Amino acid sequence: MNETDLHFFIDSTVNYFQEVTGEQAITGIPYLKGKEPVVLDYSGIIGISGKRKGCVYITTTSEMLRSLAHIILDDPKATVETVKDLTGEIANTISGNVREAYGSSFMISVPVVVEGKAKDIRLPEHVQAFVIPITWKEYRCYLVVCLE
Amino acid sequence: MKEKFKILIIDDSMTIRQAIEKNLSDFPLEVVGMAGDGKTALELFKTTNPDVVTLDITMPELDGISVLKEMMKINKDVKVMVITALKDKATGLKAIQIGAKSYLVKPFTSEKLKSAFSRMMGLN
Repeated sequence: MNETDLHFFIDSTVNYFQEVTGEQAITGIPYLKGKEPVVLDYSGIIGISGKRKGCVYITTTSEMLRSLAHIILDDPKATVETVKDLTGEIANTISGNVREAYGSSFMISVPVVVEGKAKDIRLPEHVQAFVIPITWKEYRCYLVVCLE
Repeated sequence: MKEKFKILIIDDSMTIRQAIEKNLSDFPLEVVGMAGDGKTALELFKTTNPDVVTLDITMPELDGISVLKEMMKINKDVKVMVITALKDKATGLKAIQIGAKSYLVKPFTSEKLKSAFSRMMGLN
């Protein structure tokens, strides 16, 4: 992975929040994921296959998801089911949008959602993973990109 | 002119299905079904005979492109709007060549969805 790859994901993430909420998300400086877990309340994981292999996941808080659900559905009381579903949909949208850059050989799986603060999300070994910190309104989440 | 068009909403995200239904509620539509996977979608398509369909591509069981091909075999006049996160030209072109009338990339705003839907239905 190189800087250009990271920019594709940053642009896709910023576009997601801008389109859905009308408010810009701020991305922090990406860093290499170490041994410390990067896991918040809900994580949406997408497997990548085709020309590129690996995975992408977004991990976020319940509060951020409820705020997003309020905007999308105009419902201030999103259920746990909605919050989980939305986590997968965000991961799917960010990953699917980068096909604008990579083309149709960048194959994405349906999302898998992990609820709760798991020890960590297991990533492919021997492949560097980058963490992109994201701030939207007062909320913080992380996009983790691990591609061969 | 028909009073209401029968619509089938297909997306593996419940949130997106609800958002589509909510955003299209001003149109003369009767929601005849919703599906979260391709297999269920095809079954509902056969039993409800919708006039219009919104169709996701990345779904469990059967992907949206395969579903679209089957739908076109059954009823080539159905109006299908593909709503997907897949933002590459090849997939968009493929969907249109198979028979989709519209291709909308997620994330969508309410305005974009309504505008694309109006155009597809010839309502503007």
